[in-house]
Amino acid sequence: MKAALALLSRDVTLAWREGGAIGTALGFYLVVVALTPLGLGPDLNLLARIAPGMLWVALLLAGLLSADRIFHNDYEDGALDVLITGPLPLPLVAAIKSLAHWITTGVPLALLAPVLGLLLNLPPQASPLLVLAMLVGTPAVSFVAAIGASLTLGLRRSGLLLALLVLPLYVPVLIFGVATASAAITGPASPWPPFLMLCGLSLASMVLAPIAAAAALRTALR
Amino acid sequence: MVSLANPTRFLSLVDRLVPWLTVLTLLLLGVGLYLSFFVAPPDYQQGETVRIMFIHVPAAWLAMFGYMLIAVASLGTLIWRHPLADVAAKTAAPIGATFTFVALVTGSLWGKPMWGTYWVWDARLTSVLVLFLLYLGLIALWQAIEEPGRAGRAAAILALVGAINVPIIKFSVDWWNTLHQSASVFRLGGPTIDPSMLAPLFVMAIAFTLLFVLLHLIAMRAEILRRRVRALQQTQVERAALVEA
Repeated sequence: MKAALALLSRDVTLAWREGGAIGTALGFYLVVVALTPLGLGPDLNLLARIAPGMLWVALLLAGLLSADRIFHNDYEDGALDVLITGPLPLPLVAAIKSLAHWITTGVPLALLAPVLGLLLNLPPQASPLLVLAMLVGTPAVSFVAAIGASLTLGLRRSGLLLALLVLPLYVPVLIFGVATASAAITGPASPWPPFLMLCGLSLASMVLAPIAAAAALRTALR
Repeated sequence: MVSLANPTRFLSLVDRLVPWLTVLTLLLLGVGLYLSFFVAPPDYQQGETVRIMFIHVPAAWLAMFGYMLIAVASLGTLIWRHPLADVAAKTAAPIGATFTFVALVTGSLWGKPMWGTYWVWDARLTSVLVLFLLYLGLIALWQAIEEPGRAGRAAAILALVGAINVPIIKFSVDWWNTLHQSASVFRLGGPTIDPSMLAPLFVMAIAFTLLFVLLHLIAMRAEILRRRVRALQQTQVERAALVEA
């Protein structure tokens, strides 16, 4: 437990002090959202209707942008070899690194979403639910991204390959995430069924994804 | 399965099977195409366009069959380390992707006269499109990793992750939007499709399955031989290096 906490705080500190890591993802998020009205025209009604979907899609892309760094730095400097031989089981290492990615990417992106929602004329009553849905949905994003990151570890063009591998797996998260926020805007349907599905997706991926990521790490480091 | 672990024995089996299978596949494809284009009656609502079904439906079945085959072979790679499982999974991916593509294209051509548009964001279409993307991801991963051992195991992990995800994606997309007609052949209470159309459909389904198996066997043979050539080249290079040293 102590080793797990130490690893978590190390990863979060590294991502925080590196600075560029969190800032780049947030900047990318801002740029994608800012380009949307330029592509679709400034019609505020249209923007309000597509705001939850655009925010979610941009969040997935921004989250992926930093995903290949979940294991990459530790792979380059050899820390990953130490972690494999260390006291922590490898799936737990993968889970902690995914959790650190969620804390340093998923949470800031989710908290930034209502601010960017202003740019897209997101109805204010939808903001709290959107943030809530993103906070419970982004763990699935980080944990599934860790599978892709471990599969593409050390490959050339790993970032592009990672996106191709992982984005199709985000379809359920996207659908239930957008449905939660849209229900708050358009009405009669309750937002809670898709919200609970989103919770289920996150919990399932938190349990299952580290196992797959650990297996992929073993094949990469053999 | 155990006796087939020897690639040489597998190759000799394939050599014996391929001619017979080729004849049988061509025969059934011929009969199936004749039945679907000349014998089966036009639909009372859809007219002649219903004949697209005889290509579209078997292709869609085989798209799913191909992914299931890859998932089972991946279990073989990861759990039993069966030497041919990796070859089977790798060679099934492009074939499965092609059948998926055929299902998408014929579906789109069928959709134009029936729904008035080539593409609608309907649940079935979307989940088949996602299946196609999963296939592309698998193929890309195989091509990106140079060392065959690592490529096989990495792709096997990805295939199993995808296999767990496919039902979830299917469910979520169904929940999202549905326009495609529901299953009309395999359902409780018997098929809702007329026997005059069911017969050609089944002949075509068997013919397509045989075509898949035939192509897969040939591709597996080619892949085994390709790996042997690579191994031979490597030993030659190593020997040359030894001589120089």
